[in-house]
Amino acid sequence: MIQCKNVYKSFADKTVLSGVNFDIPSGEIFGLLGPSGAGKTTLIKILTGQLSFEAGSVITLGKKVERLTGEDKKNIGIMMDEFGVYERFSCVENLQIFADIYGIPHSKIKQTLEMVGLQDAMRMPAMNLSKGMRTRLQLARVFLHSPKLIFLDEPTSGLDPQTMKSIHRIILEKKRTGITIFLTTHNMEEAAALCDTVALLNEGVIVEMGAPQEICRKYNHQKKIKLHLSSGEDLELKHGKESATEISRLFEAGNIETIHSSEPNLETVFLELTGRKLQEDV
Amino acid sequence: MRNISVIIKKQIKDTIKNRVVLIQFILFPVMTLIMENAIKLDGMPDAFFTKLFSVMYMGMAPLTAMAAIISEEKEKNTLRVLMMANVAPWEYLAGVGIYVWTICMAGAGVMATGLEKENILFYLLIMGLGFVISIVLGGCIGIFAKNQMVSTSLVMPAMVILSFGPMLALFNSTIEKVAKFLYTQQMSVLLNKMSFDKGIGESIIIIVINAAVFIMLFFIAFRKKGLE
Repeated sequence: MIQCKNVYKSFADKTVLSGVNFDIPSGEIFGLLGPSGAGKTTLIKILTGQLSFEAGSVITLGKKVERLTGEDKKNIGIMMDEFGVYERFSCVENLQIFADIYGIPHSKIKQTLEMVGLQDAMRMPAMNLSKGMRTRLQLARVFLHSPKLIFLDEPTSGLDPQTMKSIHRIILEKKRTGITIFLTTHNMEEAAALCDTVALLNEGVIVEMGAPQEICRKYNHQKKIKLHLSSGEDLELKHGKESATEISRLFEAGNIETIHSSEPNLETVFLELTGRKLQEDV
Repeated sequence: MRNISVIIKKQIKDTIKNRVVLIQFILFPVMTLIMENAIKLDGMPDAFFTKLFSVMYMGMAPLTAMAAIISEEKEKNTLRVLMMANVAPWEYLAGVGIYVWTICMAGAGVMATGLEKENILFYLLIMGLGFVISIVLGGCIGIFAKNQMVSTSLVMPAMVILSFGPMLALFNSTIEKVAKFLYTQQMSVLLNKMSFDKGIGESIIIIVINAAVFIMLFFIAFRKKGLE
């Protein structure tokens, strides 16, 4: 669905993207993780043809991004944090504009607003919506014309956990319909929960890429197992034969309350690779 | 064509909700109706207030509305969403321009009720032409301005010169000498003559030069800044 090969981009003297490479197959959720200023939004703009680049090649929807036509762009949905909504218009009126542009029957508007959980706010002016509701309205606008490829730039940034979860549910539901989703975030839990593949972007360079669990396993240098015993005691055991015997003994005695592996999370991996925290600015 | 009609439809819906633009559209037609009916002095020329306010309307409403609409969409990033939804910049500008022109013509239609029947067509023709030039200038400001604040600061002096220039020219000969180079002043001359008879050559030349300059400015602005 997207092929990005050796892409370079700079603004004035500052290199923003330096040799970025990845392939995204159809139907996958691809997460681009990085702190603010890492180049995530710039990359979305390049992949969607909003911004030119100095070197490399980008193929989106099977075409060089520079050659995407208006018809091709109808298969792309973009939600960026900076995108606005028509404040004086209601949710329905906001979507009517885009339904008319895409030639979609107005009957689909209600259905789309229900899908994002805005059925009770359909007639509410956008200026009265909360941040979470506004994000849902933007999501509805993205999903309205049923694009094959969707770009979501930090879709849950600044939202409360409950709204975040409901947006995750919507994204996963959409994934099941076979669409490809390109997601940027600096929330590693979000990336781990949603993405098939994640790329860790730091200062314009992808420092690691793969399935979230694989990356975490790869950087599991400690190889320890953490046990919480029914006595209240916490135990850390190193991988090995001796530990297996010990765990087996404790299990048989019914002394284990919880058992966890100790591989790092994406945040820790990012910190190890770059010396920076993903959410250092938050 | 579909995108242009979507933009027009969107703007029509917004007319009632956007008080800033709505006031611009209805202020002068309402004032004209009131003044024409309320004030009738001996020796006052026919349709004095209609002609006076028409030129002010021409230099104010389309200019302010066009610049305000474009700069608001830029500031609130809804213009980028439209562009990403495959609305071409020219379709957007055409949609907004047609909308502003149509609403202003409706306003001019209301103002024309104070005129003799045989003058109405000429009046609407002159007003229609004046609105087009003001729309081009308003579009130019909207393209140049990053946000509504910049737009207002650019619109204000242009609006004052174009709208009040012809009115002040009535009272001061020096201002008249300068104001004669404005299309609004020449439109005022034509509205006072109410015919294409002799002696309008200079007016037509000045109007054409004004239009050419603003169209050129518009294309320079568009090439330099685009719509984003």
